[in-house]
Amino acid sequence: MTTKLFGQRIRRVEDPRLLSGRGRYLDDLGHDALAVAFVRSPHAHARVLDIDVSAALEVEGLVAIFSYDDLDGKTSEPLPLLIPHPALTHGRTPYALAKDEVNHVGEAIVMVVASDRYVAEDVVGLIRVDYELLPPVVGVERARDGGALVHDDVPGNVAATMVQEVGDAAAAIDASPRRQRLQLSIERSASMPMEGKGVLARWDADDESLLVHTSTQTSTSVRQAIAAKLSLPVDRVEVVTPDVGGGFGVKIVHPWPEEILVPWASVRLNRPVKWVEDRREHFISSAHERGQLHDVTVGYGDDGRVTGLSVQFWHDNGAYTPYGLIVPIITSTQLLGPYKPTAYRVEFASLYTNTVMVTPYRGAGRPQGCFVMERVMDAIAADLGLDRALVRERNFIQPDEMPYDHGLTFQDGRPLIYDSGDFPASLSKLKQLVGWDDFAKYRERAAAEGRRVGIGLACYVEGTGVGPYEGGHIRVETDGSVVVSTGLTTQGQGHQTMLAQIVADELGVPMERVRVTTGDTRRFKYAVGTFASRTAVMSGSAVALTARKVRAKALRIASNALEAAVDDLEIVDGHVQVKGSPGSQVDLGAVAVLSNPLRYAFDEAAARATQFATPHDPDQPPVAADDEPGLEGSGFFSPTRSTFANGMHAVVVETDPDTAEVKILRYCVVHDCGTIINPMIVEGQVHGGVAQGIGGALFERMEYDESGQLLNASYMDFLMPYASEIPHIEIDHLETPSPLNPLGVKGAGEAGVIPVSAAIAAAIEDAEGVVITAMPISPSELFDLRRAREQRGEAR
Amino acid sequence: MKPAPFAYLLPSTVDEAAEMLAATGGKVLAGGQSLIPLMSMRLAAPPALVDINRVGGITDIEVGDDAVRVGALVRHAALEAHAPAYDANPLLRRALRHVAHATIRNRGTTVGSIVHADPAGEMPAVLRLLGGSVEAVSQARGRRSIDAADFFVGPLESALGEDEIAVGVVFPRPPAGSGSSWLEISRRRGDYALVGVGAVVTLDSDRNVIGAAVSLISVGATPVHVDVGHVGADSAYDDVDWSGATELVDAAISPEADIHATADYRRHLAQVLTRRALAEATADAAPRVAA
Repeated sequence: MTTKLFGQRIRRVEDPRLLSGRGRYLDDLGHDALAVAFVRSPHAHARVLDIDVSAALEVEGLVAIFSYDDLDGKTSEPLPLLIPHPALTHGRTPYALAKDEVNHVGEAIVMVVASDRYVAEDVVGLIRVDYELLPPVVGVERARDGGALVHDDVPGNVAATMVQEVGDAAAAIDASPRRQRLQLSIERSASMPMEGKGVLARWDADDESLLVHTSTQTSTSVRQAIAAKLSLPVDRVEVVTPDVGGGFGVKIVHPWPEEILVPWASVRLNRPVKWVEDRREHFISSAHERGQLHDVTVGYGDDGRVTGLSVQFWHDNGAYTPYGLIVPIITSTQLLGPYKPTAYRVEFASLYTNTVMVTPYRGAGRPQGCFVMERVMDAIAADLGLDRALVRERNFIQPDEMPYDHGLTFQDGRPLIYDSGDFPASLSKLKQLVGWDDFAKYRERAAAEGRRVGIGLACYVEGTGVGPYEGGHIRVETDGSVVVSTGLTTQGQGHQTMLAQIVADELGVPMERVRVTTGDTRRFKYAVGTFASRTAVMSGSAVALTARKVRAKALRIASNALEAAVDDLEIVDGHVQVKGSPGSQVDLGAVAVLSNPLRYAFDEAAARATQFATPHDPDQPPVAADDEPGLEGSGFFSPTRSTFANGMHAVVVETDPDTAEVKILRYCVVHDCGTIINPMIVEGQVHGGVAQGIGGALFERMEYDESGQLLNASYMDFLMPYASEIPHIEIDHLETPSPLNPLGVKGAGEAGVIPVSAAIAAAIEDAEGVVITAMPISPSELFDLRRAREQRGEAR
Repeated sequence: MKPAPFAYLLPSTVDEAAEMLAATGGKVLAGGQSLIPLMSMRLAAPPALVDINRVGGITDIEVGDDAVRVGALVRHAALEAHAPAYDANPLLRRALRHVAHATIRNRGTTVGSIVHADPAGEMPAVLRLLGGSVEAVSQARGRRSIDAADFFVGPLESALGEDEIAVGVVFPRPPAGSGSSWLEISRRRGDYALVGVGAVVTLDSDRNVIGAAVSLISVGATPVHVDVGHVGADSAYDDVDWSGATELVDAAISPEADIHATADYRRHLAQVLTRRALAEATADAAPRVAA
């Protein structure tokens, strides 16, 4: 057997191409296409009274101007509600172009098609839209009081309310020796991929077919959606995902208005049409996440053990709910983390506001839930004067309790059952990594130098590898190369490397021979998409199972050629050989040739498979009844439910006593995503996640004013951290394999981001002695907290 | 995010550029690091761009006995790396390191950022702190020199006429025995400062303070210049109490709240940074006093 690739730090095969400028992103395609720009609402809430295009018609290069009235058939209906839920009693989705009302700044009203984007923007500037302003609803508080409505037919702005309860939480809390109530909030942020969205559509009028490229996390579902909306047979639509410059959740939403409008315009104009989102458009017309208020009551014993937990929270879902209740459902279930409160009740309301809609962003409701639970743990420790790590240990689910059933329903509609994990072991590793028990001494030394330092930790559990399924197709070519296709898409995670490692191992070929294609419906039609940290679990398992099928076929064909029993064969370095006797072998390319009985010898290799070349049984058909030509196969993986990864972070911060600046001195991560396929890729995912988490903890927020204007809709004022703001990240791994898939893996994509706000809040609280209940926190806000404490006359 | 239509002009001499500027009512394009984003967002739509990148005679850094003169095409990065300029006036490099990011400094020009007159800009405050001047050329008025004290009029507003080209700036050398400091706090490295403070402190041959001044950014409509020389006057360099300076600064500034910081916090930072910058500049001056 060749050296096993699974588990190795294999360098990403994508990087030489992507890092040397040879990536092909959406805007690298379609230079012959017409360009699109949109008139977008400047108001958060308004009725559209009139659209006057007369001043724009003479602009040279203008091709077409479309508004709602031009849309036909199903394109004139609201966009789909992707994930219906019985509790989502008042789900609302937008029209591709606003019909008569706009519900957030940035909603598209008019589509302009022109020779290039410059001209299209010139035209946009000349179109006049008359509005009747309606009262804007901005922020959870104003949505909750219901004084003004986002949608006239949605009372109280409530899209949904939902309750889940295990045990009698209220009674348990009442009976608890100690109780606390906490009000906790998290601000809005957003995925903010470096590449925004973009769509290129080519209608072939002769073939009556549509080829669409889009920067998406799900090409198969975009294909179905376009076919449905444009009333085309699915067979006439193909969707290809080129290189994608990041998704982080926002590109799983589909179809975006532009994913319908651009193909529709291409058909209508019989021209290639392209739209590439600019940064301002991305801020005001894609999706945000995170904004939630939480009201928590917890009852606990003198030992710190939680006996009852009741959480009510309000989720700001923005103007529309195409992605259903996924984010608040995840908060409400994943909030529990590695803990087992005896009784738990959670209730949420999902509320409309006149702001950009909310859909999952890496972490997807978990950072909020983790923030809530970990603040509760710290509050209990503070109340009892107990070590914060000890309180957590006392509430952990124990390894011998796995699988652990919380008695709740998860986002996939299946029971929330943790499959595996060893939380005490993870915490022990983390304490050692960060030096938890020695921190008091460090703090004393720092204090003697006039420095303020603090430490915090946070734990999370993440349901990953959500179903329903993924698949793969593998073909061994006659030159011995291996072509792998999977339907879900890739956005820079290193899937091509990770999947090639799996396939190369399973088939026994060198990794360089394996080429992986993702997200191209011409190659693979059945897939769900890339989200919920699912690619390694779902497509990884699917291609492993497929590779095993192809391997079995290769051995069967080779056993004829080598006149040896299948059980006596092995595949080493791309050759099928008799075990222990490498002299008797046939390379996989030749096996591929033999797998396909030929009439014509189009090249030398092919001659081996022609009718007079090989001895054969004249009484059997060349291809057996239960067989197919070609050394290839397809396979699918569909798990019973999600697999649960976990991790724990500890952070040491220093706060400047004068300027209130927060500096991260150390950031430590212990991460358990089951069996690791490629530690380098997993660590890269954790690094990226932590960086986004630090953004959410210390820098990023969506600054809406009262009228619903987004004040920081640019990279100048929306403070995504630079590399200069991200500390060195120290990582240790624990591997508790998942029993739910053939590889034992769990997802790793979102993990890094989840506990960062919770851990940093705890560390700042520890350094400063002020209670932190809202994140993110800026130096200016920390300064205000210090002032407020001074005014209360409290000492630090 | 595409600019509105504009004419593009490419002069090869200052006079030709001034003529084009007067004829078109356009804008001068040098590094374009502020202008082009404004145009792309259609916040600015000049009818013409007069690109001076091919104009001769405005590309040099001249280090003289009294001053460092910087031509209009000198990139921030070039001035930052210029060893004689640093030897003559270390404050230039100290402040330039805080001007945006390295890639922006590679293209952006020091004169351009001064003409842009952003109240958060470092180099306008440095020019003001050093008592420098801007050399301007126009077809109507010919060549003139505008003192920094008169140059900065308001946010993004300078005394430069619309038909005038700034061909260079002059940063006078501080007197012998001077030290300097530039400190600022920004939300992220390279962002506009929440508050920035430049300080110059001058010591006599006995290392007693004989002069001190600070210029602050992001706390007023223009760089806020405060002479604090009398606060430390005659104190020994290692025994100066600068606390009086913070009161003077507090009286001079008028910070405003924005999404990144409250006015109160900026006021607080101005005091902290003034104290720190004066202390640093004093310490920097001490070894520069001729023995």
